[in-house]
Amino acid sequence: MPHSISPEASPADDSTLPLADAQPLSNGVKEEPSSTSQDVTMSDAASPSEAEKNKVVLEGLFDDDDSDDEFSSSAPQIRPEEAPSPEPLKIKPSTTFSDPEVMRAFYQRLFPFRYLFQWLNHSPSPTNDFAHREFAFTLQNDAYLRYQSFPTSDLLRKQCIQMIPSRFEIGPVYSANPRDRKTLRKASAFRPLSKELVFDIDMTDYDDIRTCCTGANICLSCWSFITMAIKVVDVALREDFGFKHILWVYSGRRGAHAWVCDKRARDLDDQKRRAVAGYLELLKGGAQGGKKVNAKRPLHPHLERSLAILRDYFQTSILLDQDPWSSDRSAHLLDLLPDASLRAALQKKWDSAPSRPSSMKWADIDSLAASGALSTLDPKSLKEMKQDIVLEYTYPRLDAEVSKKLNHLLKSPFCVHPGTGRVCVPIDTRKVEEFDPLGVPTVTQLLGEIDTWDREHRQNEEVVVEEEDGVSSSQKQVSDWEKTSLKPYVDLFRGFVNRLLKDEKGVKREREEGGNAMEF
Amino acid sequence: MIRQDFSRVDPKRRAALDYKKKQFAKPEFKQQDYEHRLNFYVLPPTAEITLEEFEIWAINRLKVLSELEACSFRNRTLEETETYMSSILDKYLPLHSNSSRSSTLQEERKKDHYSHFILRLAFSATEDLRRRFSRLETTLFRLRFKDDNLRERVQFVNSLGLEWEKIDKEEREELASELTAAGGYGKGEEQGWFKVDFERVPELVEGRRVLLKRGKAYVPMREQQSIVVAEFTRKLDEALELTARQLPRIDEDDRLAPILAHLSQSFTAPDAAYSTSDANIDGLSTPTAASIDTLAQHFPLCMHNLHSTLRANSHLKHFGRLQYTLFLKGIGLSLDECIMFWRRSFKLMADDKFNKEYKYNIRHAYGDVGGDANRRGRGYTPYSCQKLLTEPLPGPGQAHGCPYRTYTTDNLIALLQRTGVNDRDTLKSVREDVGRQRYHIACNRVFEWTHKREIKKVKDDGSWGAAELDTILHPNTYFKRSWLLKHLGEGNAGVVGGASQDKMDVGE
Repeated sequence: MPHSISPEASPADDSTLPLADAQPLSNGVKEEPSSTSQDVTMSDAASPSEAEKNKVVLEGLFDDDDSDDEFSSSAPQIRPEEAPSPEPLKIKPSTTFSDPEVMRAFYQRLFPFRYLFQWLNHSPSPTNDFAHREFAFTLQNDAYLRYQSFPTSDLLRKQCIQMIPSRFEIGPVYSANPRDRKTLRKASAFRPLSKELVFDIDMTDYDDIRTCCTGANICLSCWSFITMAIKVVDVALREDFGFKHILWVYSGRRGAHAWVCDKRARDLDDQKRRAVAGYLELLKGGAQGGKKVNAKRPLHPHLERSLAILRDYFQTSILLDQDPWSSDRSAHLLDLLPDASLRAALQKKWDSAPSRPSSMKWADIDSLAASGALSTLDPKSLKEMKQDIVLEYTYPRLDAEVSKKLNHLLKSPFCVHPGTGRVCVPIDTRKVEEFDPLGVPTVTQLLGEIDTWDREHRQNEEVVVEEEDGVSSSQKQVSDWEKTSLKPYVDLFRGFVNRLLKDEKGVKREREEGGNAMEF
Repeated sequence: MIRQDFSRVDPKRRAALDYKKKQFAKPEFKQQDYEHRLNFYVLPPTAEITLEEFEIWAINRLKVLSELEACSFRNRTLEETETYMSSILDKYLPLHSNSSRSSTLQEERKKDHYSHFILRLAFSATEDLRRRFSRLETTLFRLRFKDDNLRERVQFVNSLGLEWEKIDKEEREELASELTAAGGYGKGEEQGWFKVDFERVPELVEGRRVLLKRGKAYVPMREQQSIVVAEFTRKLDEALELTARQLPRIDEDDRLAPILAHLSQSFTAPDAAYSTSDANIDGLSTPTAASIDTLAQHFPLCMHNLHSTLRANSHLKHFGRLQYTLFLKGIGLSLDECIMFWRRSFKLMADDKFNKEYKYNIRHAYGDVGGDANRRGRGYTPYSCQKLLTEPLPGPGQAHGCPYRTYTTDNLIALLQRTGVNDRDTLKSVREDVGRQRYHIACNRVFEWTHKREIKKVKDDGSWGAAELDTILHPNTYFKRSWLLKHLGEGNAGVVGGASQDKMDVGE
């Protein structure tokens, strides 16, 4: 270890409250000397007094979290799943995913630190790509620790187990170690160098057109908005920009993140990131802005292709499932039509049949237009206007600010969403339509699965020695995550990382050879 | 692994190095041959020139740049600028094309090359100067690029070695419909395209104005200019940054340094000199210490701000006093009245302290005391907008400078609203102008809004010509114009003439 980080020596950060420092450390100090083989016993049967202590202090502190109305909606979905697992891991009915012991067990046993490390490091042996990378921890008391960095994945894991962050975020690679930023002589010596190009799609941006749920809730029918967005953005990034390594990650509640990991994407500066985001952005204007899509004709090839993808979804997901213009909501559709006489004719027709579904209303536009209700529009511009409406209801709504800045932080994959307890798992773009956000395992469910698996296999094996995730030993081949429903997701991530590493190796060799050629 | 230390000259090599020859050998620089009319100014000049040439070439280029800047202040379009500049360019910085077969071709290009690098030295010192220099040089380059001979332009662009591929016929036919759709124009136009990495044309990508395929952007030929110009700006900005870092290392004192300092100073006030006519306002009775409060409504924001700070604190710090004193001097306040004004304003101060510490500065500004030059020149000239916009930013407790530049946008908007500017469109445009660092435009916009009725009137009855309504570049012009507009019906309408003729020869 280049320099070991003991709890005392790691001067957490100046931005933390003293409370934040003290609390996790008091938990961590005792854990510290415990070797990996003891991890299980620690989490399984923490000495009653210690557990007691944690409970009193932490639950007292974090009660607010649970009653927060932002989270209340999703919490009931979790609780029933916990009830039928009275396991030795102390998953009692009262145990929730925000329980520090549950989170600690998650970091100890399930979180794939090894692959996370390889993913960010772009090489098997530690480099500055990882060591100078900023991590930001959100602690259980909502304190926010920025500018954390770790020479190796083990040290990252260790600090996670010590501090039990409710989540952590990944920032850019800096020109110097983020922990040393204050000791540099010149402030300009500390600047962000590279980071994955990231995209954030969140359901909140769809609130004005989704009818099935509101707020933090989602169901399968509104998840299709995200599915559409992933399809459109993914194909544009691959075909137009030529990126190959795009990781889509479920954000844990109602959105998705994309991490574009190609070297070329990581090296983009702010201006170029803005350009990519601008290329993908189409909808303009706020709630009072009126028509949000005013695409130039002829349509740009990217929009033409997107429209072809989205048109089918519009028929099913929008018109049938969302039914966006039922009863008096049709006013918005009328607002989008620029022709006064057509509008009047439609209004009259729909007023007489209030229960007419959206799909019929959509068809009415054409039929009335054909019967001569048009006054100012020719058929061509009517068609274009309908295309604009299709795009307004289906085209991806990106939170573009996230993508535009090199030093923007984004939640790491495989974190646990503090509101739902669901793990932020990667989404397989080949089967993006099969992805079910409500079927994503929660942290408590996963811990239960480990115990079930262990119980089933204990008959065969006498000794159970735990190993760090991914490290196999002669006695035991199976990592904890392999015993759970997290396995397919970790496998997916591992495959992604391996493909990335393979390409990086090529890039590195080229660079080295180029350097040699210069020298001689 | 142990790395060999290459800094040591190994004995074998040392033998080959004859120090005597080395010492007296002339430096071998390649004499530059200027093949193209345009220049990216990548290689610095290496030949020797006389000090006189050094200065004259630089001043000539400076004249061109100042005229260019004046054009942008007056919001001239590119075409107007082009016609206006052509005679000036011919006079100071002629640059003929290869086809002209002029005998002075190389000389002209050499002068262009050298003068650029001299000014680069002079204007790399501060961020503000660098930005202005880069903006003006870019404009100049764009002008020249535009009117360059078509064939020579192609040659020049090819010589730059910008990595772009022309797309061949097959590819073009294959992508024809997509190319047209992305470019957004009719089929009739015969157009060429070339391929570059999309990172090279971020603006075009952002606006979806190019076709993208696998990381390559297909850029239509007509966008070539913007790419070349963008490349020019990028290189120049980088180079200026480097020059600024090297500047302290020029171990040079009395030959070049004074010339360079003088050049950059004269650049800061190109055409916004204060003229005495600004002080002679018909119908305005001589201002007195007591009338300043009433007149303050006509002050531009910078002075209004100083005035209200003074009233609020009964004090102003040194640079604020200086700026305000000179402005008051500029509107015609006499020295005695000015001293009276400050004495009354500093009402918490004892006479003794005032006389000892403050009075002298006021008298110095008026040229009543001080060195011979100061007295002969009747003190300092009132500060122009250029001066206010380029001096260092005020520190804590200081209120001088141009508020459009020194205030954060939100505070600026609040300040404007306090002074009664509450039109949303105006405030929005001010926000944009300030964001683009066009502070004087923002100020003029506010002026136009606060005087919109009067301006309309004088425009309608034709009593004021375009020259009288030109962009304001001096706080005293602002005051004068504002006062006249607000007192139109009082028998003095339209008497603004004589602007910028009899310039005061002061300020050394």
